[in-house]
Amino acid sequence: MFDLTGKAALVTGASGGIGGAIARALHKQGATVTLSGTRAEALEELKASLGDRAHVVAARMDDPADIDRLAKEAEAVMAGKLDILVNNAGITRDNLSMRMKDEEWDKVLQVNLTGTFRLTRATMRGMMKRRFGRVINITSIVGVTGNPGQANYAAAKAGLIGMSKSLAQELASRGITVNCLAPGFIATPMTDVLTDDQKKAILGRVPADRLGTPEEIAAGVVYLASDEAAYVTGQTLHINGGMAMI
Amino acid sequence: MSDIAERVKKIVVEHLGVEAAQVKEEAKFIDDLGADSLDTVELVMAFEEEFGIEIPDDAAEKIQTVGDAIGFIKGTAKS
Repeated sequence: MFDLTGKAALVTGASGGIGGAIARALHKQGATVTLSGTRAEALEELKASLGDRAHVVAARMDDPADIDRLAKEAEAVMAGKLDILVNNAGITRDNLSMRMKDEEWDKVLQVNLTGTFRLTRATMRGMMKRRFGRVINITSIVGVTGNPGQANYAAAKAGLIGMSKSLAQELASRGITVNCLAPGFIATPMTDVLTDDQKKAILGRVPADRLGTPEEIAAGVVYLASDEAAYVTGQTLHINGGMAMI
Repeated sequence: MSDIAERVKKIVVEHLGVEAAQVKEEAKFIDDLGADSLDTVELVMAFEEEFGIEIPDDAAEKIQTVGDAIGFIKGTAKS
């Protein structure tokens, strides 16, 4: 089950903790992967550790021309096709709303939501023609529950869920599924910056009483990317240790 | 130029899975040939590839019949 041999996958934000784990898991299941992100050096390191069937196309998700180039180059390096798109790239610019600057709001929406839409649109054509596609958008628990200090991030992540449901309805008849995966608190560089007190407070709300691992998120992506998940579309898979049960 | 009409009709037959006899110039993609809105987008994409042209969105919206498509493509090919 969940064999991805012969499939071509693009993972954005692959230089991050969760993105790297997703790329490794898809690769392990047999997929060819293209790693994207802004830190070319980290991407090259990951590529080297994967060996065959791995490519790097660095790109900025806040630059429309760069996103179109990414879509074209990813298809080109993977023998002209793209079956699995994992929109994982995301940034945070946390601030209480009273103090949040327009730039902080705009940047997060631009990268996390608009960039994801643009890349998905740019890759959709090939998937429609081939009558197969898996789009997996990495959203967040805070897109459903909200989080103080993250009005911008929560809005972008909630936006991904609505966008995915719309795309899912547009594309279902073409063999393309569009789903979201919503991680809870996962041990990554993004959550490493939290203080011990903050972590303790978070864990008090997690029935599993621990942070999740990037590998546990990656396993969910592998499922949604598989042939076996063909009848799952427009859904949000929550992987959060029971932190929110929705 | 009849070549263009034949190529357009062939694409429509293949894409929509309809009989060639149904694909008359006055046939509407959605009302007569059972296309949905996504089919019309895909047909436009297929025409663009077949003829190496670009069909802008506002022009694509006006292409409702097989004849519209043939007419637009002939016009583009001339210019």
